[in-house]
Amino acid sequence: MTPLVSSMLLVFVASVIGSLGMAFLKKGSAHLTRSIWSFVNGSLLIGIALFLGSSVFYAWGIKNGQLSVLYPMVSLGYVWGLLWAKLFFNEAMTRQKIMGLGLILLGVCFVGMGS
Amino acid sequence: MSTTATVAIPHPDSRARRNSFLLVFACTILGSAAQLLIKTGMNHFSPQLLALVTNIPLIAGYTLYGINTLMMVLALKNGEMSMLYPIIALTYVWTTLASYLLLGEPSNVYKNVGIVTIVLGVAVMGRRGKK
Repeated sequence: MTPLVSSMLLVFVASVIGSLGMAFLKKGSAHLTRSIWSFVNGSLLIGIALFLGSSVFYAWGIKNGQLSVLYPMVSLGYVWGLLWAKLFFNEAMTRQKIMGLGLILLGVCFVGMGS
Repeated sequence: MSTTATVAIPHPDSRARRNSFLLVFACTILGSAAQLLIKTGMNHFSPQLLALVTNIPLIAGYTLYGINTLMMVLALKNGEMSMLYPIIALTYVWTTLASYLLLGEPSNVYKNVGIVTIVLGVAVMGRRGKK
């Protein structure tokens, strides 16, 4: 595997883990009350752990590559986020969201071609 | 006597909106700075405790990233998502420009078209869907 492909793969994995973290934060935030102890709930802690894990993969990924190629790949997180929103929270998939998703994927492909 | 009485006081709603707009805009610049610092730190990364705790760019980058995330949460609390999404996407523009200018990475048409397409995509995704 070339360094570029492994860097891209790491950032790709980071975007998936990060977006899952976001979904867990969203789930955990529903349990927040006025009490500071409400922060200690399973979903929120899993969300924070996934976020931290994602940043390790990301940092590892950008170590040996161009930031101008790898950072735009973070926008893939929006695509997964939309998927989780539909799967876990049953949020509506509007035409705008699908159009935006398509544009982001297209943009990431373009950036990849420029690497 | 106060001289400020003649100054039009913005409607609280529009003021809150402008504040979250400015806050998110500042976040995009801070976010890009964080990315640049993390990249710089990772360029001389070594998996040793002493090297890690003395890696100032990496620590500064992640600290900035954390502050940035908190600021973003505050801004999104009051602002309208559809207006703030396109601004958030500016982070991609700043980070790419900074990679060209400060890290000396080569610029090309594919990268530039790609960034514009991604920013458009994020903006479209954040738009309030019509029923």
